[in-house]
Amino acid sequence: MSWYKVTHISNIPLREGRKVRLPNRRELALFNLGTHFLAIDQQCPHLGGPLSDGIVVGDTVVCPLHAWKICLSTGSVRKPASNSCVRSYPTRIENETVFIEFTEEIPEQVAS
Amino acid sequence: MRKLVVIGNGMAGVACVEQLLKYGGEVAITIFGDETHVNYNRIMLSSVLAGDKPEEAIVLNDLDWYRKHNIDLKLGRRVVEIDRELRLVRADDGTVVGYDQLIIATGSVAFVPPMGGTDQENVYAFRTLDDTRALLRRARPGARAVVIGGGLLGLEAARGLQVQGCDVTVVHLLETLMNIQLDVTGGEYLRRKIEQLGVKVLTSRKTAALTGDGRVRGVRFDDGEEVPADFVVLACGIRPNTALARSAGLQVNRGIVVDDFLRTSDEHIYAVGECAEHRGIVYGLVAPLLEQGKVLAAALAAEDYSRPYQGSLTAAKLKIMGVDVFSAGDVNGNDPSNEVVRYEDAGQGVYKKLVLKEKRLAGVLLVGDASQEHRFMDWLRTQADLAPVRDSLMFPPPTPDRGSQVAAMADSEIVCGCMGVTKGAIIGAIHEKGLSTLAQLKDCTRASTGCGSCTHLCESLLQAVAPGFAREIPEGMCSCLPYPQEKVREFIRGQQLRSVQEVLDIYGNGVGCEICKPALSYMVDVVWCGEHDEDRSARFINDRVHANIQKDGTFSVIPRMRGGVTSVAELRRIADVAEKYRIPMIKVTGSQRIDLLGVKKQDLPAIWAELDMPSGMAYTKGVRMVKTCVGTEFCRFGTQDSTAAGIELEHRLEQLHSPHKVKMGVVGCPRNCAEATVKDIGLVGQEGGWQVVVGGAAGKTVRKADLLITVTETEQALQAAQIFFQYYRENANYLERTYDFVERLGIEKIRKETVYAPEAVRSGLLERLRKSRAHASDPWLEGRQPARPTQFVQIEPVEVVQ
Ligand code: SRM
Ligand SMILES: Cc1cc2nc3c(=O)[nH]c(=O)nc-3n(C[C@H](O)[C@H](O)[C@H](O)COP(=O)(O)OP(=O)(O)OC[C@H]3O[C@@H](n4cnc5c(N)ncnc54)[C@H](O)[C@@H]3O)c2cc1C
Ligand code: SF4
Ligand code: FES
Repeated sequence: MSWYKVTHISNIPLREGRKVRLPNRRELALFNLGTHFLAIDQQCPHLGGPLSDGIVVGDTVVCPLHAWKICLSTGSVRKPASNSCVRSYPTRIENETVFIEFTEEIPEQVAS
Repeated sequence: MRKLVVIGNGMAGVACVEQLLKYGGEVAITIFGDETHVNYNRIMLSSVLAGDKPEEAIVLNDLDWYRKHNIDLKLGRRVVEIDRELRLVRADDGTVVGYDQLIIATGSVAFVPPMGGTDQENVYAFRTLDDTRALLRRARPGARAVVIGGGLLGLEAARGLQVQGCDVTVVHLLETLMNIQLDVTGGEYLRRKIEQLGVKVLTSRKTAALTGDGRVRGVRFDDGEEVPADFVVLACGIRPNTALARSAGLQVNRGIVVDDFLRTSDEHIYAVGECAEHRGIVYGLVAPLLEQGKVLAAALAAEDYSRPYQGSLTAAKLKIMGVDVFSAGDVNGNDPSNEVVRYEDAGQGVYKKLVLKEKRLAGVLLVGDASQEHRFMDWLRTQADLAPVRDSLMFPPPTPDRGSQVAAMADSEIVCGCMGVTKGAIIGAIHEKGLSTLAQLKDCTRASTGCGSCTHLCESLLQAVAPGFAREIPEGMCSCLPYPQEKVREFIRGQQLRSVQEVLDIYGNGVGCEICKPALSYMVDVVWCGEHDEDRSARFINDRVHANIQKDGTFSVIPRMRGGVTSVAELRRIADVAEKYRIPMIKVTGSQRIDLLGVKKQDLPAIWAELDMPSGMAYTKGVRMVKTCVGTEFCRFGTQDSTAAGIELEHRLEQLHSPHKVKMGVVGCPRNCAEATVKDIGLVGQEGGWQVVVGGAAGKTVRKADLLITVTETEQALQAAQIFFQYYRENANYLERTYDFVERLGIEKIRKETVYAPEAVRSGLLERLRKSRAHASDPWLEGRQPARPTQFVQIEPVEVVQ
């Protein structure tokens, strides 16, 4: 479990998102919702569209490629009906700087 | 001041006053209405009863309207006497008002058949809003309702009550339902439809009495049989409301007798609407009384006696969802000289009948399928000679019509090419999920969410398959902001709103969505000619980074190449950039420019700087390009310098946003090598001048542009293009291409309001265009000075904390 110190809050304008590339090359999308910041995977569960480039609608983001709507706090797909989802990541703010917590997924044990 | 008194605050009286007000002039108007409501749309009572519309939705004139026009409205007061000698009317509360001219518009009263028991509780008429309210209070699931009368009114009442859950029986005196409008066969078809809805129908029954002890218990027929009832609706017809006129000594037959200018036998008194009898006919529908109101208003206000009222052609239509009945003219055709054409399909419940008299249409009757009603009404109205279409009377000759197109498709055929949705998948979803609207279909299957060219097809499928299909009339842009776009532009202007968020906070849900935010961004821009608060978060990604997003998240770069003309230096820089940044594809576009595809967002600012060319704005809803041909410069047929004119036009309009993209073309002669006649705006050179054409397209839709104006000078042609462009910017709905806009408004109206408009209007349009143009700049300059923090960069965390 690691917290990453990402960037000064002013670098992410209100209701916009930015792509964040972690040292392990993992790409996340970080959004400024005015009162708080939310982070999810960068790649859209549909066909991999860049979610940080979407329009923010309430607590969701609309993918710029084919308008799937993804919930920013849970990572679930709101529209269309779909079971796929992306991961969401805890964030916090300290000294006007955003931090994201990222934990490597532990691959499930394969039953032998 | 002239004093005008109107008795009756219903549809005819108030419609006539509305017409009268259009003439202006000094007149003091008093209206008496014995109902306590402002004027409402009586026709829609059926919808209120069926729960399709709330009461508020049927108000025609609200109190503000009366106030605004200084009308002295006396509601809840019944006029009980007309004193023709003293020229005054007296109401039941003692009010006395004098008149110079008096209009009687008292409408009709429900006919109560002479039989016992009609004065009991739980016996209702269906004529007024109060009647409707009373019925709605009484109606509850399982209640036994008997409607006496199987005409239009009775059937609509029955359907309304049945929708409210009542157990409804319709009782009709004659053998044929709607016997005034239908023949025996038509009545049978209708009866089957009504029964299928779950309403019981008893025909050829004469009601002898309503039984009960002060409260109705049942209905007894003349053969002694009785059906139980918890309440009864009398819909046995209407009678012109003439008592007042009769007691005032006016000439009255069935209705109050009027001449071709709606004058009664007293020169100071007029009558309109259902209470009037003109050339022996008393009308019971709205259309004729509106025509009467117009004639009367012209006579009263302007003493215009040039257009007498000559009677109306009426058509009756049953307003019950799923039960199409339409009837107009003489439908019985008993005269042996008539020719009758019939079509019947008992399985489908379709019955159609046309009555011809000397090769012209005399009557039409449609049950089960009224889709051709307009075509027949047109024949009836124009009395067209039908000999040339004699072999395709009932059904028009096959045209590539959408409905049959749907039927002919195989289930595996793709309906939505963008999303790859088949006809079978759509039909399956409609059934399984019970879809009935296009919005639901879009949500569920994603069909029609791409380019939208299959929308009609999807609607046809819904129409064919979904039981509850109703075409949505787009009220607002989306549910965040439920107003038509012209209203929204009014709000923005009137309330001085300069940002998207302000509009959403005040008029919308405060949040917005991906549909309304870009639209509002455009609207605040165009209303304030660029002096708005730009909010990039409300823009689509293309408009935040000034490039077109591609399927893999990279972007494309298309520099402006005015008129399609370039130079060695530009080509060299393009080649250098492509090499340096390893551009995966360089492509000549369909718009005479060069596209660099597959560019990473981070590289955009550097590429723009090294290209040193302005943005072609190929990523946005705005001015794209002007395609040109070589014209007089090189072509042996050229009549105009199309290249220079195109470049100049592009200079004047570039960098501006518009409701949808605007593509232009300028050609030097009618050979049209740069396809100007299928562009949003085209200039077509000819010997001695130019034709300016607008609304053309060769994309999803192919449409030849309409001629806006023909001029002699190039400058005039450019100005006409500019004027049209600004007019489109200000009046089109967001995402409405010129080909839809021009079709919606009609080229005549557009001409009148642009190139033929008064000088002040034209210069106003040009001035606002100039102002917007002055505020605009090349978006690619933001590459040097980003408008937003980290506009083009990706963020790399500085450190791992734990
Ligand atoms: C690049 C280009 C194709 C090419 O390689 O030639 C192109 C590419 C796209 N066109 Fe186009 N159109 C291109 C010329 C055309 C033309 C030809 C022309 O302009 O003469 C047409 C038909 C003319 C017209 O528009 O009336 C055309 C009709 C469309 C349409 C249908 C518009 C309509 O309402 O009928 C769309 C969809 C839309 O706008 O909603 C569209 C949309 C698109 C988009 C922007 C789709 C999108 O939103 O991503 C494509 C971007 C692809 C990409 O990944 O970059 N493109 N497109 C052309 C760019 C021209 C330029 O230099 O700016
Ligand atoms: C349920 C229903 C459905 C209908 N559907 C259709 C349809 O689909 N298509 C169609 O064309 N038509 C339809 N009609 C008929 C249409 O509503 C009438 O033709 C139209 O309303 C007649 O207008 P009017 O002004 O002549 O009478 P009204 O609208 O009845 O107005 C007369 C007004 O005068 C008032 N009044 C009468 N006497 C006095 C007095 N002495 N003092 C003061 N006020 C007085 C009455 O209370 C009434 O408010 C329908 C009618 C009903 C009831
Ligand atoms: S470039 Fe135009 S025609 Fe080609 S796939 Fe894209 S939108 Fe369709
Ligand atoms: S990739 Fe995101 S909606 Fe298609």
